Amino acid sequence: MAKKKTTKRKAATAESMAASQREISVSEFFAKNRHLLGFDNPRKALLTAVKEAVDNALDACEEGGILPDILVEIRALPESGDDRFLVVIQDNGPGIVRKQIENIFGKLLYGSKFHRLKMSRGQQGIGISAAGMYGLITTGKPVRIISKTSPKKPAHEVILKMDTSKNRADVVQDTEHPEDDGLFAEGHGTRVEIELVGKYFIGNRSVDEYVQLTAIANPHGRFEFLSPPTNAKPEGERIVYERSVGELPDLPEEIKPHPHGIELGTLIGMLERTSQNQLGGFFSHEFCRVGPKIAQDVTKQAGLTTRSWVKNISHAEAEKLYKGLTAAKVMGPPTNCLSPMGVRTMLKGLESGLNPDFIAASSRAASVYRGRPFVIEAGIAFGGNLPGDDQAKVYRFANRVPLQYQQSACSSFKAVIETAWKNYGLQQPRGGLPVGSLVVMIHMASVWVPFTSESKEAIADYDEIRKEMRLALQECGRKLGTYLRKRKRMQRQGQRRGVFTRYIGEISKACHEITGTDQQELYDVLLAQAESKTAEFDEVLDEEGKVVKDTDRLAKDDGVFIRQATAPQNDADYPDSPPSSNGSDLPPVDDFDAPTTNLFGEADEPKPKRKTKKKIAKKVKKKTKRSSTKASR
Amino acid sequence: MAKKRTTKKRTTSKGPGPAVRSTDKATLARIDKLADKVVRTSLAKKDPNLVIPSRSLSNTSYNKSKRILQMGSATSDRPLFDLKTARKFMQTVLLSSGVKDLVGAGKTLSLRGMYYMSLHTIQGTKEKTLNDQTESDAVLEDLEVMLGSLREELHVFAKKRGTMIGNITIIDNGDEINCRKMGTGGYAIPSICEDSVIQFKNCEADFVLHVEKDTVWQRFNEDRFWEKHNCILTEGSGQPPRGVRRMLRRLNEELGLPVYCLLDCDPWGHYIYSVIKQGSIALAYESQRMAIPDAKFMGIRAIDYERCGLSDDVQIALNDRDITRAKQIADYPWFANKKPWQLEIKKMLSNGFKMEVESLITKDISYVTEVYVPERLDAQDWLD
Repeated sequence: MAKKKTTKRKAATAESMAASQREISVSEFFAKNRHLLGFDNPRKALLTAVKEAVDNALDACEEGGILPDILVEIRALPESGDDRFLVVIQDNGPGIVRKQIENIFGKLLYGSKFHRLKMSRGQQGIGISAAGMYGLITTGKPVRIISKTSPKKPAHEVILKMDTSKNRADVVQDTEHPEDDGLFAEGHGTRVEIELVGKYFIGNRSVDEYVQLTAIANPHGRFEFLSPPTNAKPEGERIVYERSVGELPDLPEEIKPHPHGIELGTLIGMLERTSQNQLGGFFSHEFCRVGPKIAQDVTKQAGLTTRSWVKNISHAEAEKLYKGLTAAKVMGPPTNCLSPMGVRTMLKGLESGLNPDFIAASSRAASVYRGRPFVIEAGIAFGGNLPGDDQAKVYRFANRVPLQYQQSACSSFKAVIETAWKNYGLQQPRGGLPVGSLVVMIHMASVWVPFTSESKEAIADYDEIRKEMRLALQECGRKLGTYLRKRKRMQRQGQRRGVFTRYIGEISKACHEITGTDQQELYDVLLAQAESKTAEFDEVLDEEGKVVKDTDRLAKDDGVFIRQATAPQNDADYPDSPPSSNGSDLPPVDDFDAPTTNLFGEADEPKPKRKTKKKIAKKVKKKTKRSSTKASR
Repeated sequence: MAKKRTTKKRTTSKGPGPAVRSTDKATLARIDKLADKVVRTSLAKKDPNLVIPSRSLSNTSYNKSKRILQMGSATSDRPLFDLKTARKFMQTVLLSSGVKDLVGAGKTLSLRGMYYMSLHTIQGTKEKTLNDQTESDAVLEDLEVMLGSLREELHVFAKKRGTMIGNITIIDNGDEINCRKMGTGGYAIPSICEDSVIQFKNCEADFVLHVEKDTVWQRFNEDRFWEKHNCILTEGSGQPPRGVRRMLRRLNEELGLPVYCLLDCDPWGHYIYSVIKQGSIALAYESQRMAIPDAKFMGIRAIDYERCGLSDDVQIALNDRDITRAKQIADYPWFANKKPWQLEIKKMLSNGFKMEVESLITKDISYVTEVYVPERLDAQDWLD
C-alpha cells in the first residue's frame, strides 16, 4: 500500500510550492493561536478583554495627566445567547484622534509602547486589538469606539471590523456623535464596546477580582463596575472603588538601552540605524550610562577610536565592541524610567481595598536584570476582614496590572513560598503558602517585565528578580512579625490585667475586714498599680491606633499601617500625606471621641484624650508640612 | 527549750479562759500586722508582697544535736503583681481574714470548714476564690509559717485520724476517758492534742507501740497485747496526722514512755518512721513539738524474710518509684550516717521486694503479737 502511494505521489516542484507560499499576517497567526494572548476559553476571554481595555485606559489617562475615572460594564445579551456579553470600558482620558483609531484598535502589534524603554502597562501593542478581533471572530460583530478629544469637538463614533488577513481594520461606520457628549462629563475620554462570547463568573480570577485588584494597585483611580445579572444578584451589581490617593504617580521617563542589556544582533542593528556618524557619538547618544571614558576604553579594546566611522564597522569589530560593552564597568541604568507605587500608595490601596488590621509595605531600591531596571515592591495585609485559617492570598502585579493566572509559574509566587514565614509568627506548611488571614502583594515595576507568555500572566524567573522579591517580602515580614509579637504581648498584658483586677477586689475587701482600711481607697490604689504594670496593653488605645511611645519601632515606621481603634480613617494616619490628598470623606474631628474598640474586640470606655481637638488639627498640619519636605527629598 | 515551753503551757492551762484569749490575741495581732503591711505597701504605691518561709527540702536542715528536722531561714516571695502568685496572694489574704473572724468568734473549724468559709465566686466573674480544699489547705499551712502560729492557734483542725488504746486514763476537754475500756474501736485521737485540751491522768503503761495501720492495730487489740505487755497501742492510718504525732510526743516527753514503731518494710514505712522520729519536711517548723528523737523502728525488717522463714508469696516486688524513693531516703542526712539503716535499705533493695506487717499472718494469725513483737522487745532488737 505504502509503496503504491509513493509511486503515485506527485512531487511538488519549487514553483508549485511557491504558489501556495504567502506571508502570514500577525493577526491571522494570533487569530489561530488566540490562547497565546489569553483568549483560551470564554471565561478567560472575558477577563482578558476587560483587562486589555482597562490597561490601555489607565495608561492613556496617566500619560495625559488625568486622574483616571474608569467604568467597566459587562452587559449580558440574553437575546443573542447565554454566552453573549457586551464589554464596555469607558475612561476620562485624553481621547484618541480620529485617524489613529483604526490603527490602535484594528492592527495587532501597533502601539507607542513597544519601542521605548519606559514603564507602562501595555507593552506589545497587541491587547485591545486582539480583544476586538476575538469579539469579531466569535460574534461577527464589529468594535464600537466613541472618543472625544476636547470639550470643543464633538464625540466621534467609529465602528471597526478587523481584516485578519491584512492585519488592518475596515471602518464600517464613521460618524460624529454630538449626542454622546454626555458620556464624557470632563469633555474628553474614550469608550470601547466589544461584543463577544464569554462566561461570567465571580470569585478567583474573575472580572470582579480584577477590578478590585486594579483598584488596590491604582488608588489614584476611581473604578466603577457594573456586573451582569447572576443567580445571586438578578439585578446585577454596581461596585465602586473610590479614589483614595489624589495625585498621579510620577510619569516615568524614557531611557536609552543600557549596555549590559543588549545582544550582539541588537548592537549591529543599532549601528545600522543610528543617525550618528562616529562611534563616540553613537555610544553617548544611543546608550545610557556610557560616558566618554567608557566609550574610549571600549573602542580602544576593539582596535578602534571614538572617531571611527560607524558606517565602516565590520561584523568582527562589532563583536569586539559588544564584548567590550558587556565587560565594561558601567553604572546601573537610571531608574527615573520607573514609577513604582511607593509605600504610601500601597498602604492606601491595601487599606481601602481590604480593610485589614495591619499593613506593612516595602519598596526596594531599583535593581537590574539583563540591563533593564526594575523595582520590586511588596505589601502584607493582615487581620481585619481578611478570611483566616486559610492559605494566604498572593496578589501579583506587574506595572500595576494584576496578574491572575498561572500563579505557580510566577517568580513572585515562588518568592512567597521560599520566604520563611515561620520566623514572622505565621504558620507555613513545607513548600507552601503561609497560613493565616493574610494577603501578600508583590509588584514589579520595570521598563520591560519579562512575562512567560504573551498573555502576560506570570513573571519569568530571573535570579535577580526573585532575590529582590524575597528581600522585599522579608522586610515586610519582619514588620509583621514585630506587630504580631507586639499584639501577642498586648493580649498577654490584657490577660494579666484581667487577672490582677479580678483579685484586687477580693484583696481590698479582705484587708478592709482585717485592718479596717478604707476599702475603696485601697482598691483604687491597687488598680492604678495593676494598670501601670500592664501599661503596654493601653498603647493601642491612643488616638491614632499607633503606639505613641518613641521607643517603638513600628510606630515610627512609615511603611506600616496599623488600624486604629477609632472607626474612621483619615489622612492624619499618614505622616507623608499631601494636604488635599482626597476629596473623599474626611471624617469630622469629633469622631475622635467616638467609643473605641481595641484589637481584641472588647469595647473600651472612651479614654480621656490627652490632646485637645485643636492640637490634633495642628498636628495634621504639621504632618503635611513634613510630607512636602519629604517629597522634595 | 522544748521542756521549758511545755511547762509554761501547763501552768497556763490551769486557767484555760484567759490563757486561750491571750494566745488568740497574739494570733490576731499577727494577722493584723500581716494585712497592715499589705495595706501600707499598697498605699505607698509599692508592690504588695507576702514573704513566706520556704517549706522545701532545701530549706530543711537536720539538727544533729536536737536530732530533729528544722526549717531554715529561706523564704519565698508571693507578690501580688505576678501572674503565678496573684491568685495565691488573694487566697492568703482571704483566708487570713477568715481566720481572724474565726479566732475573734472563739470558734474552731475543720480544714473543710475553712474551705467553705472562704469559698465564693469573685464578683463579676465566674471564677471561684478556691477551686478545691487542697488550695485552702496549702494556703493555711503557709499562714501557719507566716504568722508563726500553730494550726491550733488559728482555730483550725483536721479530720481526726488515728486510734489509741492501753493502760492510761486521760482527760479530754474535761471528760475522763479510760483507755483500757475502749472496746474494739479504741479511742480516736483528736486533731488537737495540746495540754489545753488533753491532760494525762493515770498512766501505768511501760511503753508505746505504734503500728502503721488500723488492720494491724485490730490484731493487737483483739489479742489484748496492751494488757499482756502493759503498754499503749496507737495507730496512725499510714502517715500519722499531727494529732497522733503530738500525742506520741507528749506520751514520750511528759510520761517518759519509749515509742516503738511497727511499720511495713518499704520506703513509705521507713519515711513514716522518719517523720515520727525527726519530723516531716513539709512541717519542719512543727518538729520542735512533734518529733520523738528516741523513737525506735522495730520492724518489719528486710532480714525478716529469712529470719522468720516467710514464704515467697508475701513478696511484693519493688517498683521503680519504690527504688527511687528508697535511695532518696538513704540519702537524707538523718539516715546518711546511720550504718544499720544504710544496711537495712540496702538489704531491702537487694531483696528486690517489700513486705507488709500483715505478711507475718502467713506464719500464724497471732504470730505478730505472740512471737514477733515480744521477741524483738526481749532482745531489744530495733533500729534507731
